[in-house]
Formats: sequence, C-alpha cells, structure tokens
Amino acid sequence: MIEVESLTKRYGRATAVDGVSFRVEKGEILGFLGPNGAGKTTTMRILTCYLPPTEGTARVAGYDVFAQPMEVKKRVGYLPETPPLYPDMSIRDYLDFCARIKGVPAKERKARVADAIEKCRVGDVRDKLIAKLSKGYRQRVGLAQAILHNPDVLILDEPTAGLDPKQIIETRELIRGLAGSHTVVLSTHILPEVSMTCGRVVIINQGRVVAEDTPDNLTRRLKGAGTIRVEARGDATSVLEALKAVPGVLAAHPRGGHDGAVIVDVEAEAGKDVRAELAWAVVTKGHSLLGLQQMGMSLEEIFLHLTTTDAAEPASAA
Amino acid sequence: MTALRNVAAIVGKEWRHYFGSPIAWVALFVWTLLFGIFYYFAFTFFLEQSMRVAQQGMEMGGGGMKLSLNEYLVRPLFHNMAVVALFIAPMLTMRLFAEEKRQGTIELLATSPVTDLQVVMGKFLAAAGLYALMILAGLVNVALIWTYASSTPEWKPILTGALGLFLLGSCFLAMGTFVSTLTRNQIVAGILSFCLFLGMWTLGWADDPMGGAVSKVVAYLGVTTHLEDLVKGVVDLKDVVFYLSAITFGLFLAHQSVESQRWRA
Repeated sequence: MIEVESLTKRYGRATAVDGVSFRVEKGEILGFLGPNGAGKTTTMRILTCYLPPTEGTARVAGYDVFAQPMEVKKRVGYLPETPPLYPDMSIRDYLDFCARIKGVPAKERKARVADAIEKCRVGDVRDKLIAKLSKGYRQRVGLAQAILHNPDVLILDEPTAGLDPKQIIETRELIRGLAGSHTVVLSTHILPEVSMTCGRVVIINQGRVVAEDTPDNLTRRLKGAGTIRVEARGDATSVLEALKAVPGVLAAHPRGGHDGAVIVDVEAEAGKDVRAELAWAVVTKGHSLLGLQQMGMSLEEIFLHLTTTDAAEPASAA
Repeated sequence: MTALRNVAAIVGKEWRHYFGSPIAWVALFVWTLLFGIFYYFAFTFFLEQSMRVAQQGMEMGGGGMKLSLNEYLVRPLFHNMAVVALFIAPMLTMRLFAEEKRQGTIELLATSPVTDLQVVMGKFLAAAGLYALMILAGLVNVALIWTYASSTPEWKPILTGALGLFLLGSCFLAMGTFVSTLTRNQIVAGILSFCLFLGMWTLGWADDPMGGAVSKVVAYLGVTTHLEDLVKGVVDLKDVVFYLSAITFGLFLAHQSVESQRWRA
C-alpha cells in the first residue's frame, strides 16, 4: 500500500530524512518510532504530499506522491501533530467543511460526518465550538477529520499525544479497529504504544531507519537473545577470540576497558544461558574473569540503544 | 465541476469565519456608517450649492440651471469610499492565509484534494463577496434619493461608479491575499498590506499634465487613476482591463507564493 524508496529530504544544509526505505502492506499498522527530530513528521508530510521529497520516491495506494498528488490526497487521511482545527467552528461545521474539501459526495456527506462523529466519540459536544474543547476532544476531532472520507491509508502523527491514560486506551482501540480496512502508519515516541497497536515497527533516528521488525521480534532479538557483559583481564583479541568460539554465541562486541581489563558484550542465541561456558572459555585461555553480567533489554532500552549515538561506543554494530 | 465545488467550500468556510467573528460585522458597520456620513455631507453640500445657484438664477432673472446630483453627490461619495476601502481591505485579507499558517490548518488544506489555486480563489472570492455586500449595503443610501428627491440622478453612473469601487477594492483584496501568504502573523500581514495599498494609491498622484512619459506610465499604474472615468459613468475598456489584470496579478502572486512555500518549507 505504501512503498517508500530511499527517500531524502534536505532543508538547506540540514538533512531531515536520509535515504529512508520501507513498505507497508494493506491492512497493516506500522509504527514509526523515533526520538523528537528524527524525521518522523517530515516523512509523514512527504507521504501526505505536504512536502515534496528532495530525492527518492514514495508511492501511496499505487500513486506517486510527487507525480499524482491529487490521487494520493484522495486516498489518505492525515492527522498532523497538532490537529488542524478552526477554533471558531463547531465540530459539526468543521467536519462538514472537511468532507466538502475531501470530495465526499454531497449525498453521503451527512452520513459520513455522523459516522466519524460516532467512531471518534465526539457526539456529546458536536455543536460546541472547537475553541472550547479540551485537548483530548481536539485530538479526537482531528482523528474524525482523518477518517472522514474513508481513506485507504491513515497517517497519524502522534495520535495519542496529550491524552489521558483512558483516552489513550480508547484511541488505541479505535486505531486497531480501523486496521484491516485501512492501512495505518502512526508515529510515536511512546514505546508501549507501539507494542500494543502496531504489527510492525520502523525505528528511525537522525533521518535513517535503524531497525525494522515486528515489536515481538525486536524485543526477542535484543532481549531474548540476552546480551552478556564479560569483563576479563588479559589480551583483548585473545579474550574476544575465546568468547566467539563458545557455541551459542552470535556475536561479541568489544566495549573498550581500562586498567588492563577488557569489556566485551556477548550476544547469545535466544533462550540459551551460556554464562558458564563463557566463564570457562575465559579462564582456560589463561585470562582472569572479573565479571559476568546479564544485560536484559526492554523495548525502551532497545530504542535508546538504537537511537542514541554514543561517542564512547563507535562502530559497535559489527 | 469538482473545482467549482472546492472553491465554493472554501468561500463558505471563509464566510463562516467572517460572520462568526466580529470582522464582517465591524467592516459592515464602519463601512455603512461612513457611507452614510459622507452621503449626508455630500447631500448637504449639494443642497447648499443648488440653493445658491437657484438664488443667483432668480437675481439674474431666469430659470437658473440645475446642478447635477451625479456630479455633486455620487462622485465625491465614491471617491471618499475608495479611501475607506483602502483602510478596510487589509482587515478583510490579513488573516486569510496568515491565520491558517499560525493554526497549522494550512496542513489540512494542503493535504486535502484541493489545489492551491482553488484555495487562493476561494479565499479571494470570499473577501470580494463580503466587499460587494458592503457596497450594496451602502447603495441603500443612494437609493433613498429616488424615494425623496424630485429630480432623480442618472442611475447608470451610479452603477458604473459602484463597479469601479468594487474593482478598485478587489485589487486591494487580491494583493492583500498575496501579502497574507507571506507571514504567519496577521498583524504583520495587515500592516504590510496597508503600506502596499497606499503605494498603489499614491502612484496615481504622479499624474502631471506637464510631466513626461515616465509620470504618465507611473500614473497609469495607480489604482485611483482608473476610477475617475467609471465614477463619471464612462466605462472605458482599458480601465476595466487594468483592474482585472491587477486582480489577476495579485492572485497569481498569491498562488506562486503558496506553492513555492512548500518547496522551501
């Protein structure tokens, strides 16, 4: 449904999005995860034809965002970071206007507005001025606007930002209910959100995709396949060789060290406890083992791990 | 067809803003009030003048000549209202795009299946429609002449004058629409628009019978230059064409500005 290929957006010298590629299949919910300023909003703005890309292509529902923007716009519902609302209109008037500019046929307009009002549960305030609404209601009206014309693709920029916990749960349920008939891309920097709503996650940092998988796989890959931090005294290469030779070890990353000690992060296969073997391997090679520590990782840590560029750990992904 | 529907949707939305906020009511109030005041003064002046002429005529021992209502009443009135339009036009256009940008609703318009041109046209037509309504409301004053005066003025110059007033104001509105696309602060848009309108206005002052070609060209570009004939009841194609081109130019600039901002944003 959405195909993004080496998308790049530069603002003057700054590069906001740098060669991003991903695909979203029909009916899927894709979570777009990244810290603030990672390029999530820019990518979404390109997908909704608000901004033209500097390089690369994006196709939504089979239409190129650059060559056929009108066709794309007809098929996309978009909720920007701040819901685009007119404070001096009532919800009903506002949605009626949105239906008009989104090309909803006059005959269906009333029904579609009523449907969106009901789905987003803003019926009790439908005649109130938007200026008088609370943040939660505004967000919901924004969502109602996005689903109004029954678009194939929904692009939601931080749909739960500023909502209270109850509203967040309701919004998540609403979004999950929309999947299947709609393809959804949502961005967030709240991690539980992703594991609860999304079928797949793209983690983006500094304009680049750093990981792409299902939330479960991501967790398993980095948590289940627990990392073990080994601290030993001895020759660094020799220690590394010894650790890599242990069966069940996927990778070993040197993390530097001090006072003759070597620190190595060892990635082991899922569900295998290799601590004893690791200790044995170090000792039999004639090094002294100083420490052995299981490094559990929550999705939160994975996220931080993938998105923080730590100067002390360069080129660790080997 | 869809294009018309989209433009109509934008016009409807803008009218809801105009009349949902004090803008339209204040504009209508100020306009009709000033229209009435200027009308009153012009009318009083006309009465005084015609009395004097009548008196002179009696002394000379003849019927005396009749003063033209058009010349003494309608012309100064429309000239005065053109000045009022200069002040009111920025009020009508300053928020058109600036407010959308500030609120972020420009994102809604830009990601909906409407073209930038349709948005620009809708916004301009909404402002021009409100302005037309203001002129019509003001013309009610003039209509009173038919009810009460024994000798009625010619109605054609009044209509062409109103047309001139409308075209002149529409030039301002088109340019103001453009200026509004340049900033997200509507006060800035308002002040800049007013300065621009004043500039367009003062170009007309360059009209100097002794001046050379340059002053003629500059004067031709002034918006008031072309009002003169229309108020007199002369519809000269070149005046109408001038106004229509100025309106088109303003809308063209607005469209270019809206489009280019996406590239730069």
